[in-house]
Amino acid sequence: MTEVTLSNVVKYYGKHRAVHGINLAINDGEFVVLVGPSGCGKSTTLRMIAGLEDISDGEVTIAGRVVNDLPPRERNISMVFQNYALYPHMTVRENLGFSLVIAKADEAAIAKAVDEAAEILGLNELMDRKPAELSGGQRQRVAMGRAIVRHPDVFLFDEPLSNLDAKLRTQMRVEIKKLHQRVGNTIIYVTHDQVEAMTLADRIVLMQDGHIVQVGTPLELFNKPNNTFVATFIGSPPMNLVDGKVVGAETIELYGGLSVPVPAAARGLISDGQHVKFGFRADNLMPVGHSVQEEGEKADLELKVTLTEPLGTETVLFTEIAGNEVQAKMLNPRPVRPGEVLKFQLMLDKCHVFDAASAEAIRG
Amino acid sequence: MDRNLTHRNRKRALKALHFIALFLTMAIICIPGLWIVLNSFRPTVEIMAKPPVWTPSFTLDHYRAMFGGTGEGGVPVFSYFRNSLIVSVVSTLIAILIGMSGGYAFARYRFKGKAGYFVGLMLFRAVPGVALSLPLFIVFAKVGIIDTHFGLILVYVAMNVPFTIWLTDGFFRQIPKELHEAAEIDGCTRWQAFWRVEFPVARSGVASAAIFAFLTSWNEFALASQLTRSVGSKTMPVGLLDFTAEFTINWGGMCALAVLMIVPALVLTFIVQKHLIAGLTFGGVKG
Ligand SMILES: Nc1ncnc2c1ncn2[C@@H]1O[C@H](COP(=O)(O)OP(=O)(O)OP(=O)(O)O)[C@@H](O)[C@H]1O
Ligand SMILES: [Mg+2]
Repeated sequence: MTEVTLSNVVKYYGKHRAVHGINLAINDGEFVVLVGPSGCGKSTTLRMIAGLEDISDGEVTIAGRVVNDLPPRERNISMVFQNYALYPHMTVRENLGFSLVIAKADEAAIAKAVDEAAEILGLNELMDRKPAELSGGQRQRVAMGRAIVRHPDVFLFDEPLSNLDAKLRTQMRVEIKKLHQRVGNTIIYVTHDQVEAMTLADRIVLMQDGHIVQVGTPLELFNKPNNTFVATFIGSPPMNLVDGKVVGAETIELYGGLSVPVPAAARGLISDGQHVKFGFRADNLMPVGHSVQEEGEKADLELKVTLTEPLGTETVLFTEIAGNEVQAKMLNPRPVRPGEVLKFQLMLDKCHVFDAASAEAIRG
Repeated sequence: MDRNLTHRNRKRALKALHFIALFLTMAIICIPGLWIVLNSFRPTVEIMAKPPVWTPSFTLDHYRAMFGGTGEGGVPVFSYFRNSLIVSVVSTLIAILIGMSGGYAFARYRFKGKAGYFVGLMLFRAVPGVALSLPLFIVFAKVGIIDTHFGLILVYVAMNVPFTIWLTDGFFRQIPKELHEAAEIDGCTRWQAFWRVEFPVARSGVASAAIFAFLTSWNEFALASQLTRSVGSKTMPVGLLDFTAEFTINWGGMCALAVLMIVPALVLTFIVQKHLIAGLTFGGVKG
């Protein structure tokens, strides 16, 4: 059983506080993704778990053991680095077997483990090459192979795919997921790419400025964002946010004159005159006749399209509500000219209301 | 058409110029060395001849005399050679060990006054060695290490350490820190991570530092001539002075000894340069 827990973990770089008391419990075999914008402390957190950075305060446990003062080699972890960090003077075979050589395993066992890893990752042809003679994707694979050879308790990944081109990245993403299904280890994975987070994670940990903003399954974060940061970070295109003000108990007046009823989830939790941000995803604002037919409360809007982005099965339409740029989706698309005015339907049940001052979600 | 032609001509002209410049530079560097070698095989009359004699004649007289008994122009070549070898090799080894540790520390660790130390070390290099010869002489004489291998080794280590630090610092800096981190996660101690990963990757840098340190010690004259006196500690450059008498200089013998001095240095450089050129590709990290 290899749970990993962080309690009140703090990291200071000199006077600068990079991580502010993080609490997190990761279950055995769970695939957890730390995601957030650049500089939010993801790598720092991961490196504290790995033992590559001192923990300034708080406690990290791996498999029930407090590891604060253990060096990396005693934590039984593997790590895949963004720049792969393959040993340039060793062949692929030597790279893969290095940890076992250090552990003084006997030769037959090393050969077996290395071959097994090579098999899993399709490295058999490359065993006698040096890292310099490999492509980016192959290096990535070797780095992963090196990580699985030693059967660690926990895999740590720090942006392993960000040096690959888009196509390869998608491919490797699938392989990492397969690998997890196959070996079943606990994985902690750092990325700044929300698509990677959504597709890979059992649970996403969204960080901002050294704090955890929200923890949950991809769908929880997508459907019930805690605040506007989560709402705009998760999902593509990002959630539309329109400034507005509550009038009475039932209506939100969006600046610029449009009015929408208060979504059911927020009813009774808002007060007259409160400034809010009204949020909805592009999938929930669709032109009439080009939408999914769903039950539920809807609002009708007439909006002028300013820009279109055809994607094949759908087209993203850019428009404006109350001075805020807003994106909508058109299913079964037909060509739309910029400037055209279309009738849209907004799915009110799927809308979110955030307090304008605190940016927190208002939700029952 | 025309323009193409002139373009090509210009390219050719440039190439020729390049070649000539290269030839001249190499000539300036090599001819004195060549002259020494030639002179060592010439009878003394020919060496002194004016205008110089270009047609080479060949004699081993100088070598014979040099290895011959003292008094007939012979010098204790083997002792000098041994002294040079001991002093250079030992001082190089020590300087590399200390310098590499220092370079690694500067490249990897943060500590108070780091920049200050570094500048200090480099400034130390700026002091001409000869300026130190008198104080060193006095101190060494008082301590009783004048005219010993140990004294000379000490001086050469001090001379070579700053440069070694500077050079290896640069090499270690180029090695991403993820490499030793990966090694540590793979089960290495910090010490193992250095010797099994970082050192092999930086070995071309260490090799170049070593050759520089060795050549500095091997060729150094000014300090050695002050600090060594007897056959038991004189190095080859100092030994060259044996060929000067009050009124005459035995050029032939001097050249012969100089050749003996140049050859090992050349051979060593030749061996090591393969390492230098084979220099490591940093393919382990993203390309
Ligand atoms: N060695 C260091 N010394 C001082 N400050 C550091 C150091 N490493 C990171 N920081 C700071 O700590 C904060 C968090 O850095 P961290 O590398 O964890 O960010 P990240 O979330 O991984 O970002 P990215 O997506 O860019 O990799 C940043 O503000 C960074 O400037
Ligand atoms: Mg990072």
